[in-house]
Amino acid sequence: MATTTKIGLEIHCQLTGAKSKLFCRCSSDYRGKAPNANICPICAGLPGTLPLLNQKTVEFAAMITLALGCKFPDEIAFYRKNYFYPDLPKNFQLTQYNAYGITSIGVDGRLEYGNGKDARIRRVQLEEDPGRLVYASGSMDTSVYVLIDYNRAGVPLVEIVTEPDFADTKDVRMFLDKITSIIEHLGVCDTKLEGSVRCDANVSIDGGNKVEIKNISSFADVEKALRYEITRQRTMTSREIQVRSETRHWDDARKVTKESRTKEEEQDYRYFPEPDIPLVMLGSEFVSFIKQSMPELPDTRKERFMSKYGLSAHIAQVLIGNKELADFFESTLMIYLSPKEIANWIVTDLMSFIDERQKEEEEEEHSLFAGLKVGPEHIADLARLVDQDMINRATAKQILGQIIRTGEMPSALAKRMHASRIDDVSVLAQAVQSVFQMEQAAVQDARRNANVANFLLGKVMKITKGKADPKVALEMIQKKLKED
Amino acid sequence: MPIYTLEAGQVVQGIKSKEFSAEEYISQLFERIEKVEPKVNAFVTLNKEEGLDRARRLDKKIRDGEQSGPLAGVALSIKDNICTKGMKTTCSSKMLESYIPAYDATVIKRLMAAGAIIIGKANLDEFAMGSTTEFSRHGPTRNPWDISRVSGGSSGGSAASVAALECASSLGSDTGGSVRCPASFCSVVGLKPTYGLVSRFGLVSYANSLEQIGPVGRTVSDVVSILNVIAGFDENDHTTTNSSKPTYSLQERKGLRVGLIKEFTEGADPGVSKMIYKAAETLENQGCKCEEVSLPSVQYALASYYTIATAEASSNLARYDNIRYGFDMNPEGYEWNSYFARARSNFGDEAKRRIIVGSYVLSSGYYGKYYLKAHQVRSLLKREMETLFKKYDVLIGPTMPILPFKIGERIDDPLKMYLVDIDTVVANLTGMPAISVPAGFADGLPVGLQIMADQFAEQTMLDVAYLFEQAAKVQRSPEL
Repeated sequence: MATTTKIGLEIHCQLTGAKSKLFCRCSSDYRGKAPNANICPICAGLPGTLPLLNQKTVEFAAMITLALGCKFPDEIAFYRKNYFYPDLPKNFQLTQYNAYGITSIGVDGRLEYGNGKDARIRRVQLEEDPGRLVYASGSMDTSVYVLIDYNRAGVPLVEIVTEPDFADTKDVRMFLDKITSIIEHLGVCDTKLEGSVRCDANVSIDGGNKVEIKNISSFADVEKALRYEITRQRTMTSREIQVRSETRHWDDARKVTKESRTKEEEQDYRYFPEPDIPLVMLGSEFVSFIKQSMPELPDTRKERFMSKYGLSAHIAQVLIGNKELADFFESTLMIYLSPKEIANWIVTDLMSFIDERQKEEEEEEHSLFAGLKVGPEHIADLARLVDQDMINRATAKQILGQIIRTGEMPSALAKRMHASRIDDVSVLAQAVQSVFQMEQAAVQDARRNANVANFLLGKVMKITKGKADPKVALEMIQKKLKED
Repeated sequence: MPIYTLEAGQVVQGIKSKEFSAEEYISQLFERIEKVEPKVNAFVTLNKEEGLDRARRLDKKIRDGEQSGPLAGVALSIKDNICTKGMKTTCSSKMLESYIPAYDATVIKRLMAAGAIIIGKANLDEFAMGSTTEFSRHGPTRNPWDISRVSGGSSGGSAASVAALECASSLGSDTGGSVRCPASFCSVVGLKPTYGLVSRFGLVSYANSLEQIGPVGRTVSDVVSILNVIAGFDENDHTTTNSSKPTYSLQERKGLRVGLIKEFTEGADPGVSKMIYKAAETLENQGCKCEEVSLPSVQYALASYYTIATAEASSNLARYDNIRYGFDMNPEGYEWNSYFARARSNFGDEAKRRIIVGSYVLSSGYYGKYYLKAHQVRSLLKREMETLFKKYDVLIGPTMPILPFKIGERIDDPLKMYLVDIDTVVANLTGMPAISVPAGFADGLPVGLQIMADQFAEQTMLDVAYLFEQAAKVQRSPEL
């Protein structure tokens, strides 16, 4: 049965790059601190305090607005979203709202992702994060009491709201990857920090009612939550049960969406403009300042990798898909300029080690290179060895496999391996002799087709357990082929 | 004459010239407070120990020949909605019954740096919502001129403490007339500065877009010396004006053009109107040119004011959920929603009324009908006032349309109570400065003359106030 799925996203990303909170001077880095140690009278909402807008956050939000192709209004305002909840020190959240001619910092954008797909961006807005509720037993359902930690209260967030333009979870994944790469490239958000990027989603199938899914704590779980929800809705539809319009919560532990107890759709937030923050004028001067100070975006970087370094579109795409990888690539080039060779080493070989390690850990928030003792200097060294024919590719791969765990420089390892090498001509000749006896058919082929010599070399390497100097061995093989 | 009767300026002079010590002055004041406070009830908290201690330290400074500041030794009462570090700030509410701020308001920091001594926190209507100081958890403040009558509000404690000679000057806050109304009722001087002239950091918000902290004193001169200390940009309040710090002075100016707002005198009690026409005459005799003028959209002012003020208040007061501070109430057995509801039922009637009205005008579907419309009235009023200020230096009228009434007389009729704010809310809606100076007495009760000026034209306004004060010579403090 063919179904049409419509998915929309609400992405929250913390502006960790802004250093301080949205309306006070407290640090935006609350992780690992003692509960309620990272607060001041302002973010604790004490009587008489006034919000002080952190100018840097407006610049960061403006960068995101530009990167997502959104339009800027001439001026922006902050609104109070009024609702009671124990994690909100003021019992209202300072956010933005589109009403009565005033809009949030970005509206009506469009972002290309994947191969030629695009999604419309409804709005980009700047707002404050609430505090955190810590449940004694880890779950809301079974806890007798709850602890409140306001350390996170007031941390700047940018909310990105898309139109329901995604047809499946794969599109969502690609879009979120793109967003991640953009905010990493802009330097506004360290997406590797726990909880720094979060995503709510809404899904409807076959034009039915829309269901919102909240409480998804990482991008990695978005796909899982959506797959579960789509399956749930399809099953209901196939049994001719109508899907209700509701808000469901993603249960991280059980990996299901469940009905939420609060009826959030009935809330009236009584939005009105925050009187303590004057309108912020943006204007053409501000926009051109932002344009000038924008770091290079992933798409531009990809173009540059292709035109300047002659990389293929595929290789360039893999590199820019993760800022850490692209930065690693460019740092390596600073040491040794051999772009194609280095890009290959990173994209093919290094990535396979990274993938392997990530599978073991099942955690994606970490740095790509966590646990791997390899830096740009290693890859530069390795590429140089190969370029200068000091070692062949097979040896280089072996070397990489080792140094990634030890952190030793490839040239040093190559030297040690070389020392234990069989360069005694008589021993090597013996090995070649025995291969020629074992592989008589191949030897015949090799006489007609020079490429087969490499097969014979491989055999020599095998019986010498890789200790033969491939260059010397190959010369011997070629000589012997001509002799006999 | 006992030294507690001295004006702020005289106090500074007396202490600096070692005519008397700050300790002597402050102890005499506390004796005075002990004597009259049972009648007046102007204070919520007294700061005796620390006040005396500060006085002693000031005396030592003066003995050592150190700088002692422009307000050296001046005893101040501070409205109890302005945060004082380490000293209870209750807003006369159960909700902040035991709340001790962790920081000083910007105005407090500036006053202390200038050598002033805070002797206590002054009574007010709960969260500054009222015009009589009857809506206080600590009981009403009584009018020193007739203790059966209201002191005005919401800064009733501020004005009454100044009139009753319990302190030299005071700080109040003015959201819809809360400094000027009690100043008028108690026959003292009260000033509301231009919006953005004085920092609100540390003022517990009632209606952010309307209110300013303002000084109360027995003379224009005292009010000026306090304004000079508290005015000016504050990095902790984005709504303060980022210009160089103003300094105001007392100067004799002649030939100023004065407009008398006829809607204000027409709506006032005959006794009050008569005093205001007499005041206009006094100004004419001093060389001013007085003319009657009209401000037609003033008819929408009260509706606009109460819409905006209650809307902002409903949101500002949301934070009082008794979780982080407040009063003793065991959360055992409550789910958070019911705990919030139970705790918040401890707001007084007037605060509750305004929270409900404010929530209503902000609710979806009504925002455009009420809140936005109220803002349109605001713009309209401002335009009308600006047009008038092209022709006149100041606009005058009564501060209050009525004389101080009996305690309890209007408390059961909120609408009747709101009506008395008609003359004062215009300055808050337009952000313009206004001052109330004693104009005289009708039936033995004080009448205040209100003088309004264009934005940041405080100096012109003070010129007229000083001119009038010098000519009219109205009595300031009653026998108690």
